[in-house]
Amino acid sequence: GLKVRVAQATGAERRSGKELTKVGSSGGEMWSRTLLKSLRGARQSSQQSGERSLGTLCIVEAKDGAGGLDSASKATLACAQKHLPKPFVALVASDAKGASEEAAGEIASLAGVETVLHGVSDKEGANGLLAEPLSQVVAALVGKLEPTHVVTGSNTFGKNLLPRVAALLDSAPITDVVQVVDESTFVRPIYAGNALSTVKFVGKGPLLLSVRTTAFGSEALETAQGAGAEVASVGAEEVAAGAAAEALSEWVGEEKSESERPQLDAARVVVSGGRALKSKENFEMLEKLADQLGGALGASRAAVDAGMCSNDLQVGQTGKVVAPELYLAIGISGAIQHLAGMKDSKTIVAINKDPEAPIFKVADYGLVGDLFKIIPELAEKLPSQK
Amino acid sequence: FLFDLLRVVMSGRRVLVAVKRAIDYKVQIRVNKDCTGVEDAKMSMNPFDEIAVEEGVKMKENKQADEVVVVSIGPKKCSETIRTALAMGADRGIHVEIDQNLFPLDVAKVLQKVVEKESPQLCLLGKQAIDNDCNQTGQMLAGLMNWPQGTFASKLDFDGEKTVQVTREVDGGLETVELTLPSVITCDLRLNKPRYTALPQIMKAKKKPIDTITPEDLGVSISPRLKVVSVNPPPKREGGGKVADVDELISKLESHGLA
Repeated sequence: GLKVRVAQATGAERRSGKELTKVGSSGGEMWSRTLLKSLRGARQSSQQSGERSLGTLCIVEAKDGAGGLDSASKATLACAQKHLPKPFVALVASDAKGASEEAAGEIASLAGVETVLHGVSDKEGANGLLAEPLSQVVAALVGKLEPTHVVTGSNTFGKNLLPRVAALLDSAPITDVVQVVDESTFVRPIYAGNALSTVKFVGKGPLLLSVRTTAFGSEALETAQGAGAEVASVGAEEVAAGAAAEALSEWVGEEKSESERPQLDAARVVVSGGRALKSKENFEMLEKLADQLGGALGASRAAVDAGMCSNDLQVGQTGKVVAPELYLAIGISGAIQHLAGMKDSKTIVAINKDPEAPIFKVADYGLVGDLFKIIPELAEKLPSQK
Repeated sequence: FLFDLLRVVMSGRRVLVAVKRAIDYKVQIRVNKDCTGVEDAKMSMNPFDEIAVEEGVKMKENKQADEVVVVSIGPKKCSETIRTALAMGADRGIHVEIDQNLFPLDVAKVLQKVVEKESPQLCLLGKQAIDNDCNQTGQMLAGLMNWPQGTFASKLDFDGEKTVQVTREVDGGLETVELTLPSVITCDLRLNKPRYTALPQIMKAKKKPIDTITPEDLGVSISPRLKVVSVNPPPKREGGGKVADVDELISKLESHGLA
């Protein structure tokens, strides 16, 4: 595998950097030049031995109102901390200054972080998360920092962004990684998770990968001993690279579900409904059950297609992949594509009228019967709200 | 050269749809004995690509496109997949013949050359291939072309002449973006319901042209950057446990500390 030597900027360089953390475009530019000088200095000395000094560039998404780092970002950072070359630089992409500063502060306290960069775009709002400009910023940053690895989460943000970045860098990315074998070898699911492919990167240049939240999300993040990392603005050159691509696309609007319930991809319990629920009103019956168990709501493709619930609830090969402590599959037959999204759950309960339903093959506890009788009975007998 | 020039000049709005021949989604695959891949099984057009073809054909029916060109990259039998797309209503096909299994970067590079040759105003791809589940090719093509990308599209709106509004299915729900044309769209499940092909359409499709070329003809040299070391089955999950009634279920949940 690749040998990477970690080079630390000297105390003096860090101190001078610290004085310039206040964000402002000229201050940011000056700071990033200082950072680059110190990294380049370190790189020059390591280049003499033919090795890179920056390990990993982590790309995380900080959304307004998310209340801190989301589970995909945590999985990205956990993978970098535990499995990828250090030190790492984190780039925070965001739709709001407040959210990005909050996330940057949180990341700066982690072990292994050298710098946290934010302020990708001067554009306000969700335009700051569009792949066309953001990929140019990342590509420019990779050109400057020369990391050996670039990592992000395998959620819709990372899926949209990373391959485009890889194309700009003429590299083949490895997406949806569930296991790191070594710094150039990774395992990823194929055929709806019915096979696992071990893939080795044999190209030149940085290795770009995205990680599945369920595979790395449970690893706790280690905090740094002593002073935290520098937080700084993305350099003017990189911002300009992004701005050049801004004419291609524009964010118009969104329809997001608001809920007090836990996020589906991080929930301890998931109550999931399928085709047999027949209607939106019936599907809402599951809400009470989810609240009693302190869980999130999920759904099969059929339920979403039928309009019983919104698309963000879909669990499966092309929807969300979840691995909660408890997955309750209600009126879900268990097609290959649905199993792909939940078969790594710790305990699976299935409720279905059809004893031959494939879901029973993976369920720990299967209850054959009419869900319209079972669910109300379950709701009545379970201890009340968690 | 003249034919190509004529084609571009007369292109109106051309839509290029990329389709992949993959193991049928209903098949329960099995890893092969030497752990290099999966056992052969029934092949079909990747379901997301069917949705892409359907969208292109619908655009033509709605007078939003003048020509739908279908391209597939792979071994000889890909021509059957192209034929299916032609039966659905595409006008002509391009088969880039190669026996080697390609990773998305090489696929995108081949598609880039086809795009440069055909000058479409829109590229439609499936969101992901259900064999490798990569979900990369559309984004990579867009990056290579420096075109905007509308990924995981569940709705397309061509109200404007020079732009398209794309509603995308994302983790939090739905998001709408406006892209300038030309652009690359990757199609998600709920964009449309692909039509069945009836015998008259299948017969008509036999007469539609398919141009067979190689990556070399396009000036692309394939250079894989990834190597599949092994393919293995996932850890087996034991299931089949049953409970008799709700009371028993609750006691099991309580024993796990879940109720």
